[in-house]
Amino acid sequence: MEKEEIIVAVNKFLLQEFEVDEKEIRPDAHLKDDLGLESLDFVDIAVMARKRFGITVKGKDMLSLKTLGDVYDYIHRLVQMK
Amino acid sequence: MNRVAITGIGIYSSIGKNLEEVKSSLYNGKSGIIFDPERKKFGYQSGLTGKVENPELRGILDHRSRSCMPQQAEFAYMSTSEALMTAGLTREYLDLTDAGIIFGNDGSALPVIEALDTIRETKDTMMVSSGSVFQSMNSTVSLNLSVIFRLKGINFTVSAACASGAHAIGLAYSMIRHGYQKTIICGGTQEVNLYCVANFDALGAFSRLESSPAEASRPFDRKRDGLVPSGGAATVILEDLDYAIKRGAPILAEVVGYGFSSDGTHVSVPDTNGQIRAVTMALNEAGLDPGKIDYINAHATSTPLGDQAEAMTLNRIFGKYRPAVSSTKSMTGHELSMCGASEVVYSVIMLNNSFIAPNINFEEPDEFSSPLNIITQTTPAEFDVCLSNSFGFGGTNSCLIIKKVH
Repeated sequence: MEKEEIIVAVNKFLLQEFEVDEKEIRPDAHLKDDLGLESLDFVDIAVMARKRFGITVKGKDMLSLKTLGDVYDYIHRLVQMK
Repeated sequence: MNRVAITGIGIYSSIGKNLEEVKSSLYNGKSGIIFDPERKKFGYQSGLTGKVENPELRGILDHRSRSCMPQQAEFAYMSTSEALMTAGLTREYLDLTDAGIIFGNDGSALPVIEALDTIRETKDTMMVSSGSVFQSMNSTVSLNLSVIFRLKGINFTVSAACASGAHAIGLAYSMIRHGYQKTIICGGTQEVNLYCVANFDALGAFSRLESSPAEASRPFDRKRDGLVPSGGAATVILEDLDYAIKRGAPILAEVVGYGFSSDGTHVSVPDTNGQIRAVTMALNEAGLDPGKIDYINAHATSTPLGDQAEAMTLNRIFGKYRPAVSSTKSMTGHELSMCGASEVVYSVIMLNNSFIAPNINFEEPDEFSSPLNIITQTTPAEFDVCLSNSFGFGGTNSCLIIKKVH
């Protein structure tokens, strides 16, 4: 799976489910400070990743992610490891 | 002891999504009951239900708030927003107070079933969204609304079957009366969906008059054949009367009596002794003789046994005075854990608009209801005092007396 496909899916999820401001969607956007996400939201991102990409996201790994780019990279890495 | 005022009311129900719509339905005797073919396909014996639309909260509440709210919390958000508005209570004002919340709710079937279906199918709890646990708890309404409205006082849910909403108001009344709180948001709510009353339908307690949905709920009528499940949410703002007057709040009515009891006899068959104790306690608390009650909003759900027991209770206590009696469930259906609160709201609407809403579909009394003064047509009436009864499974009884403040 290409990384671009992951980026499109994550962005679409953030826009539709979390109503994140489209202008804030960029790789260096800080998950908490710029996108307003909190730890409970990471659970929903993990559910989306599991449904969409068939991967298991670990909670403690998610907590170490700081930016949206980190999320793309993390999911991409897990998808490649499948 | 402090006096307790009702300063705000709000409603979201099968007969209207706000106070104006509900007032009109009550006045016109309009039913909110429909036949839902989906229920029959699902396996229900009766396809009758109150129809309550889901409110659209996108654009009103943020994602996090919405994701934690099941249907009945959404209903309660709507009724509470309206009640706060009628009470003139803004979120900024609430921030400066220790206002609390006590809400009646007795279940949250839809999110529990959906989450377990997902886990059964995937064998994986990680497929369940973050909001599910908060939607699934019995306390889901008080936990969600307390955060949304940034409340800082008392915060819990009352689960007492079909008396949940009435006990919530009664407990809030008691807390204000004893000086523990100045302002409490209270009420009752009930989800309306395919799952929440499926096992109730199994008891055969629902009306089968599917060919005439508007005529199916017929409390006290000889031909009644069961209740019609319904729901929504109702909110009542209670405040210390002196405090409410000082802040210039509208004083819609006063709660003057709360009586409660437990039958201690049967899970589903009501006992008149328990009901009589609850009504008598409310009258004693209010310091009123039975002859001072002008109107009774009966619990009567349209079941043969339940209505018979309440009719016997009312005849025993109010016999010679024959106050006006109606069951608004004839229009709304049985709003279950919401009804004790909604029927206070309906009564306050009548009290403040000088009419008594009809017990529609009451055509022929039986031997128990024939002595009662059941109101079958909308009746203009200036009245001062009403009693609202709520009796739930397990024999939990709650009676509230509401009085106009002159």
